[in-house]
Amino acid sequence: MSNNQPVYTDNDPQDGLVTLNLGPTHPATHGVFQNILQMDGERIVSGVSTIGYIHRAFEKIAEHRPFYQITPLTDRLNYCSSPINNMGWHMTVEKLLNIQIPKRVDYLRVIIMELSRIADHIICNTIIAQDTGATTTFLYLFQYREHIYEIFEEICGARLTTNIGRIGGLERDFNEVAFAKINKFLKEFPVALKEFESLLNRNRIFIDRTKGVAEVTAENALSYSWTGPLLRATGIDYDVRVSEPYSSYQDFDFEIPVGTTGDVFDRYLVRNEEMWQSVRIIEQALEKLKSEPKGIFHADVPDFYLPGKEQVYNNMEALIYHFKIVMGEIDAPKAEVYHAVEGGNGELGFYLINDGGRSPYRLHFRRPSFINYQMYAKMSEGMLLSDAIINMSSLNIIAGELDA
Amino acid sequence: MAKATNTELIELLGEKFGEQLFDVTEPYGFLTFSTHKDKVIEVLSFLKDNGKINFNFLTDITAVHYPEKGQIAVVYHLHSMVSGIRARLKVFLHENDPRIASATVLWNGANWMERETYDFFGVKFEGHPDLRRILNMDDLGVHPMLKQYPLEDPNRVDKKDEYFGR
Repeated sequence: MSNNQPVYTDNDPQDGLVTLNLGPTHPATHGVFQNILQMDGERIVSGVSTIGYIHRAFEKIAEHRPFYQITPLTDRLNYCSSPINNMGWHMTVEKLLNIQIPKRVDYLRVIIMELSRIADHIICNTIIAQDTGATTTFLYLFQYREHIYEIFEEICGARLTTNIGRIGGLERDFNEVAFAKINKFLKEFPVALKEFESLLNRNRIFIDRTKGVAEVTAENALSYSWTGPLLRATGIDYDVRVSEPYSSYQDFDFEIPVGTTGDVFDRYLVRNEEMWQSVRIIEQALEKLKSEPKGIFHADVPDFYLPGKEQVYNNMEALIYHFKIVMGEIDAPKAEVYHAVEGGNGELGFYLINDGGRSPYRLHFRRPSFINYQMYAKMSEGMLLSDAIINMSSLNIIAGELDA
Repeated sequence: MAKATNTELIELLGEKFGEQLFDVTEPYGFLTFSTHKDKVIEVLSFLKDNGKINFNFLTDITAVHYPEKGQIAVVYHLHSMVSGIRARLKVFLHENDPRIASATVLWNGANWMERETYDFFGVKFEGHPDLRRILNMDDLGVHPMLKQYPLEDPNRVDKKDEYFGR
């Protein structure tokens, strides 16, 4: 063990500091995070973050799996918005294979991704409120996450780890019930979100607990490679959806909200505004779908798009293709590709090196939670313990994405 | 601001570093080049601080193991938010003694990225303030992403790669 190892039982009576293990399974940390803090009363003097408690070696596993079997691994990165991860991965492979995706598929994907973004932000913002003591707001808004999961259930059959879509498009078209549920959601959610905001935005207790807590300058955020709502809260308008549009995001009219001080309150406001923008994007997508030819839900790439089950059971060709694809027997070009999508927490990147085999030669996930979390211990120095808890909630670190 | 192009960047880098940069390619429009390991900080700080190109953002650091070449490639992904282009810098190290200067002098964010790369590939980043394992346990003893470590028990007879066309 090196000298940098965190010390577990170093209660030196002379310096008056107390060692506090915050986590790994403390209920206030919302996940498996351990921080060993040196406390001077209620104030944190220094901290060491220990991570890796749920490391599952996804990058190693991915080197031994065909492309389709990697999709379920991406589910388990940021499991609060797994459709974004699934589609990010499928788009990476599509980029590798130069597959052109029909506009209608892009718009359907945008709807799913924006719903997931709303689900992700609902979790984060209600948890911030919960940690400041506002349980009501948590319960009010959280039921809409359930409604989003019901939509996912209608589209792909799963709720949390969705494994949604295929290389080249979606597994099936949205049915009438799915559209009805999306429309119902678009009608009801803004009312609830408005109510949520009116409970918190000008709430004295909430502002006292969040404003000025864990302020981060833009320079510092950039130096720590922050992305997503955290970076935007510091005032930098970087959003992958705009800087490098994927899945036809360039067709949509939306704004990137930015904050000024990068404190917890700004992060909360940025996420709230992003939910409004997501609602706007979904409305536009539904409008655009009306002018697209009906019934198209995947690109015409028989080599990579899994045939439908009814064809597999009744048609020899489809059965052969099904097996070839599942076994990874179809050649993909030898190339390397990096594709980034805007996940719930920031830039989610897939760095794929393919050597022509049935599985990637190397696949690296650029995980925003992992990169955003490394400032946490440093930020906490000099902070009150109660502020550090709220700061962690507002970073929205998802343990699955942190540890991969 | 107008988007800069890869061609402009290649010219600029060619003027400055000449032969020190090689293997310049653009797979899928993503500018990629390599340099020698003793030049890495010089190249990175030029990319970061040059006012014209301004690669102010370190997107990622990772590594790739090529056992048949006996090399480990450390891969830096940089992003210029101002001009809207990305670049990938690769540095090939010998697999028996992978040492390279740490980029923590330029970006604070490089800290954990380099710890992760050390953890999984054993690349030693010289000058790193706190180089120890990050995701695996401290007494693991190996760097598991190296290709010589199989995913599953190599003695299994039912799952040989040759049966799967590899």
